Amino acid sequence: MPSITGVSTVDELPDPEGHGPLQGDGASTGRLGDRLFGGAARGAGLLVIALVTLIAVFLLSQALPALAKNKVNFLTSTKWNVDGTPLQFGIANLLWVTVLSSAIAMLIAVPFGVGVALFITQYAPRWLSRPAASLVDLLAAVPSIVYGLWGLQVFGPHIGGVQAVLEKLFGWFPLFKSTGIGAASTILTVAVVLSIMVLPIVTALSRDVFDQTPITHKEGALALGATKWEMIRTAVLPFGKPGVISASMLGLGRALGETVAVMIILSALADGASWSWSMFNGGETFASKIANNAAEFDSPQKAGAFLAAGLVLFLLTFVVNAIARIVIERRKAFSE
Amino acid sequence: MTAMDTSPAPSLDAVGLGAPASGFGHRSRGRAVRNQVARAVMWTAFAIAMVPLAWILWSVVSKGGQMLFGSSWWTNSQRGITNRVVGGGAVHAIQGTLIQGLVTGLIAVPIGVMTAIYLVEFGRGRLAKAVSFMVDILTGIPSIVAALFIYAVWVTTFGFQRVAFAVCLALVLLMIPVVVRSTEEMLKLVPNELREAAYALGVPKWKTIMRVVLPTAFAGIITGILLGLARVMGETAPLLILGPYTKNIATNLFGGLMPTLPTMINQDRTEVLQPAVDRVWGAAATLILIILVLNVAGRLIARFGKLKS
Repeated sequence: MPSITGVSTVDELPDPEGHGPLQGDGASTGRLGDRLFGGAARGAGLLVIALVTLIAVFLLSQALPALAKNKVNFLTSTKWNVDGTPLQFGIANLLWVTVLSSAIAMLIAVPFGVGVALFITQYAPRWLSRPAASLVDLLAAVPSIVYGLWGLQVFGPHIGGVQAVLEKLFGWFPLFKSTGIGAASTILTVAVVLSIMVLPIVTALSRDVFDQTPITHKEGALALGATKWEMIRTAVLPFGKPGVISASMLGLGRALGETVAVMIILSALADGASWSWSMFNGGETFASKIANNAAEFDSPQKAGAFLAAGLVLFLLTFVVNAIARIVIERRKAFSE
Repeated sequence: MTAMDTSPAPSLDAVGLGAPASGFGHRSRGRAVRNQVARAVMWTAFAIAMVPLAWILWSVVSKGGQMLFGSSWWTNSQRGITNRVVGGGAVHAIQGTLIQGLVTGLIAVPIGVMTAIYLVEFGRGRLAKAVSFMVDILTGIPSIVAALFIYAVWVTTFGFQRVAFAVCLALVLLMIPVVVRSTEEMLKLVPNELREAAYALGVPKWKTIMRVVLPTAFAGIITGILLGLARVMGETAPLLILGPYTKNIATNLFGGLMPTLPTMINQDRTEVLQPAVDRVWGAAATLILIILVLNVAGRLIARFGKLKS
């Protein structure tokens, strides 16, 4: 589903005669209509390039003045004081909470997503596989604010038991240390909700690549006496591996940038709260920090600090998404 | 477990003897068990994945569903209604959400469709690669970053107020990649013979695209647009930064505040008084309903308007 993942796999399938879609200006007549239409199409393409460039330029140009006035190390400080005169803001704890919540979310979502994709493509009876895929896609249609509301008020309270057990068993380890934040508002709750939100992304793309496993590979494995699971392990999974990696990266990009659900669920800590590695802590991600303070962008200096945080988030998702694309592009190159 | 590449290849002798010699060894009990376990695991994974979907829908319907049948929900705004009082409706927010969706669509669809046409019909070489890459990057941009960008342009640089139109611009950034990718996919599915037939008749390229290619792919493009709309209408982050809430009906895109369903939810989400809590879930139910309708409509069009090959 390109509408969910933004990745199209159609172009990888050669049409029955073996030639791809007609490309290029070969068919243009050079008449006025063609030149106008071609120009408009090219203009739209250039506009897209311009937009992405402008995003980077604007964020950078407005974040730089604030960064220049910043009195603490932007990357390692945990202070966030943008009201006072010694302007102090650092992103260390934002980065940690963002990365930790997304990492836990991926640990849950990737195995599940792959499992669901295998179910839909390999195991589900014919009548079930299409409705099953639509149902999973439906998870992507639920607005993030509804996820937030549900996560905090309905789902969160149920996670307390799991949390208590983890704290008791592994409490000696900093990651599982008890912090006294209500169970509904911890990083762990956020991570679980994020994993539900990225599940359809991981599933949709994995499903597409699993579906494209050459039938000869599958039949070959089966003809050699493989059980269904062995066929999947030796034919489907190796073929789909790059797709699963890119799917995970796209999901990760989504999890890193998720705003409203995180903002609602996670309890923001007071400025100057002591550092904690724990997943049972509260805190803020880049996105939720910006959203929490959206009403306070009254001076360029203040806005600049938040734009700087936004810039880091932009770079983070840019890198993650670029990796996803490169992996899937390389797969295309190999399968041709 | 023996893997395909490490075990000896089946020899003719073995086949002749009727032994199940293969790359996978004997079909032992363990292998059969593992096979069944894998099957059970996949079914369970799917079942577990359905739990949150059912749970979320159930929560929203059970907590907010009855609001949708209230007499004033679809006709009144929240004007003059405090959080202790039952009543009022969501028409102001519904209107705002629909207006912003419409305006966003009007801007994003032409850009998105033209970009897709460029990529499929014209694009060649490095520029096309660059456009395609940028669309990918745009797909991955978090909505809050899109909102910050528009804030940096609209408010900080030009000194305008936070108005509904600025929200639409941020949403346009989020909708373009969805439209581009789905349209691109549909255009690629249009059989080349159709284009070649048109060219052979002497039809110029632009007319071929407008009269042959686009109509053939029409249903799929509409699906992509509806799914794109469903995505942007549920977005909240740009609204937090650029579109403050109000309880009144407001339809001016360029002045004043415009309420929407997501901001209506956000406004009262921390309330504990029952009338306000009910309205929050009522707004959530309304939002999900609108998005579900768009999704289902999109999928139905996709199914029934499918290209006949």
